[in-house]
Amino acid sequence: MTDPIKNRRFHMLVMPHLNSAFNLACWLTRSRHDAEDLVQEASLRAFRFFDGFHGDDARAWLLTIVRNTFYTWYQENHAQQQNTLFDEEFHSLDTTDAVDMHYRDNNPEKLLLRKDSERQLQQGLAALPLEFREVMVMRELEDLSYKQIAGIVGIPIGTVMSRLGRGRKLLAKILAPANQGE
Amino acid sequence: MEHSEIMELLPAYVDQELGIAETLTVQRHLDSCPECRREYAEQSALSKRVRTETAYFKAPPDLAARIAAHIPDTLPQDKPRRISLPSFPASWGLSSNLSWLQVGTAMATLLVAVWSAGLYLNLPTADDRITEEAISNHVRSLQADHLTDVASTDQHTVKPWFNGKLNFAPTVIDLAPQGFVLEGGRLDYLDGHPVAALIYRRQKHPINLYIWPANGKDAGPKAESSRGYHVVHWTADEMHYWAVSDVEESELLKFSGILRLATHQ
Repeated sequence: MTDPIKNRRFHMLVMPHLNSAFNLACWLTRSRHDAEDLVQEASLRAFRFFDGFHGDDARAWLLTIVRNTFYTWYQENHAQQQNTLFDEEFHSLDTTDAVDMHYRDNNPEKLLLRKDSERQLQQGLAALPLEFREVMVMRELEDLSYKQIAGIVGIPIGTVMSRLGRGRKLLAKILAPANQGE
Repeated sequence: MEHSEIMELLPAYVDQELGIAETLTVQRHLDSCPECRREYAEQSALSKRVRTETAYFKAPPDLAARIAAHIPDTLPQDKPRRISLPSFPASWGLSSNLSWLQVGTAMATLLVAVWSAGLYLNLPTADDRITEEAISNHVRSLQADHLTDVASTDQHTVKPWFNGKLNFAPTVIDLAPQGFVLEGGRLDYLDGHPVAALIYRRQKHPINLYIWPANGKDAGPKAESSRGYHVVHWTADEMHYWAVSDVEESELLKFSGILRLATHQ
């Protein structure tokens, strides 16, 4: 395959999924800055290996590479740091650029309450152990099927199901004490 | 199946990932088991909360450019590469002592040029052309933040809005119960016609549905993909329908299936 054609195919098939890659990267690294580096490295890796891509699911393929790149990076540098890093980093994780969530209700008091519960949800999800967090993000935010998630993470479909179940239960538990105050 | 086995299947039941037989078994069990009902309600409530309230981080606008800068010989998107034909020697046809070797070289170069031109100019069919145009319209509608001219989830608001703006009346049906929420309508231009664009949303993915009158016969749904987007189109009751989105192709086919059922009963 000549380079211009490879280039063009890469731009048409892979680059449209940059948002998905970045969203997953943000939730894995819990830092916008690290996510940018991660996606950049993963995309270049994807381009290098693009000749080996023969499937039709470019998004799942790119997400697999993002995830693998993350785990390599995580094991090398940040295994001990992640837990301590999280507190300061995540609070500063700027969500203003995140997709607008279209509030129909403009009551400021309600809006504030809702913002507060959203913040708790955000932090709760970010606090989940990686193995649950990644499947939750792929299912709930990327809307991937169990089969796609199984392929990306490299686990059986049954394990995707049980991790989602346990992840949701865990998140509900994390959020429960906060909700009692309302 | 035992209670504990059902309990394990509940996440997949929430996500509609079970087969028909298992779905029915779980449903039957739920009718008689309050504990599983509670678990099911909790799982689906949390899933819904995460889906609707959690931030989705979009890539910063300059990230694509930064990546592109690291890829050798990157081409601008959407612009097919110009084909430069090899320039022939100035002496072509004039020189009296043109050697056959030169002719051979020129022919070979020409052959390569024609062959590579063929790769780029793979003559597109009418469908391919409309697919590309529909995707470009879809992308533009998202970029320019101009998804809807009339924003409403009420089909009885959206349909009359097209009155006087088009010389046909598009069918407008809300499919919120089936998971495809009507968000509004817009005028657009496709294949040389003014068309009605209806906007639906599947979770966080917008779907543009383009409708305009057809002369031809009904045609079943056809799926195409390009640039990471999926397109499903069909013709029914003398109307063309083209749905474009970045949702999974299976979801888009489901959307077209539901819509076809709803419109042409």
